[in-house]
Amino acid sequence: MTCEELLKALNEYVDDETALAVCQEFAEHLAGCNPCQVVVDNIRQSIALYKAGEPFPMPPEFEARLRNSLQERWQQKFGKVG
Amino acid sequence: MEIAVPLVPMTDEHLIGQAAGGDFAAFQELVARFQVRVFGVARRIVGQREDAEDVTQQTFLSLIEHIESFRGESSAATWILRIATNHALKLLRKRRGLPTVSMSGPTDDDNYSSLPHPDFIARWSATPETLAQQAEVREQIESALNALDDKYRVVFVLRDIEGLSVRETAAALDLTEGTVKVRLLRARLMLREQLTREFGDEATRLFPDHEHG
Repeated sequence: MTCEELLKALNEYVDDETALAVCQEFAEHLAGCNPCQVVVDNIRQSIALYKAGEPFPMPPEFEARLRNSLQERWQQKFGKVG
Repeated sequence: MEIAVPLVPMTDEHLIGQAAGGDFAAFQELVARFQVRVFGVARRIVGQREDAEDVTQQTFLSLIEHIESFRGESSAATWILRIATNHALKLLRKRRGLPTVSMSGPTDDDNYSSLPHPDFIARWSATPETLAQQAEVREQIESALNALDDKYRVVFVLRDIEGLSVRETAAALDLTEGTVKVRLLRARLMLREQLTREFGDEATRLFPDHEHG
């Protein structure tokens, strides 16, 4: 496997390194190619970083506005909120 | 005598069913479960807070409108995030005055030729968990995401941040799985490049000793 081929198979490996037929080849390449190894780590870290952050806080005044508008629409459609 | 009711939380799909029958409390519970995710997806696709609020409101209003049309072919999460994504994309199109959907159809970039090659390769100086604590880092990663083309950003948000599968992401965006995969790969490579330039430890920088091409 060349570095170019590794790049194309990267998704599958990053997502699930046990599921893929090429993973053996992939692992062999990684063992002999430190830069590719770091690239794979970097990608996993990038994804982890986005997942690790706190969610965007919803502004409380928006939450109240949202609740009111939904209640209004619900009443129009169902005639009640009970 | 009181009857013990088992405290099993209702599934999202069950809540949709109840809401479709006119149960407002079930709908409110659904909103409570999803509003932060919907707002997050909207915020990351459209960028601005006010626009994200509009998209969030439109999403849940659409949900009321179409609550009976949920057939359970996908999970509730996929269905709701799909509606949110569509509203977000609609807003982007309107803002940019574009007549067509930026998501639609494979383009020249949707293949594996000329992938962006890793250039700055280095170990990160801190773990993602440590970095995520810092407000400044948060701004940096959002700005890196924002710099991506819409079609790459949306796929990354749904697949990697929200955790939809490739198949679910494809269904949400009306794309083939193949197109989702190649856009995801491009998004991941571009973000890796940018974030490693910011968080990589220069001292550990590697230069491939063979042609990485």
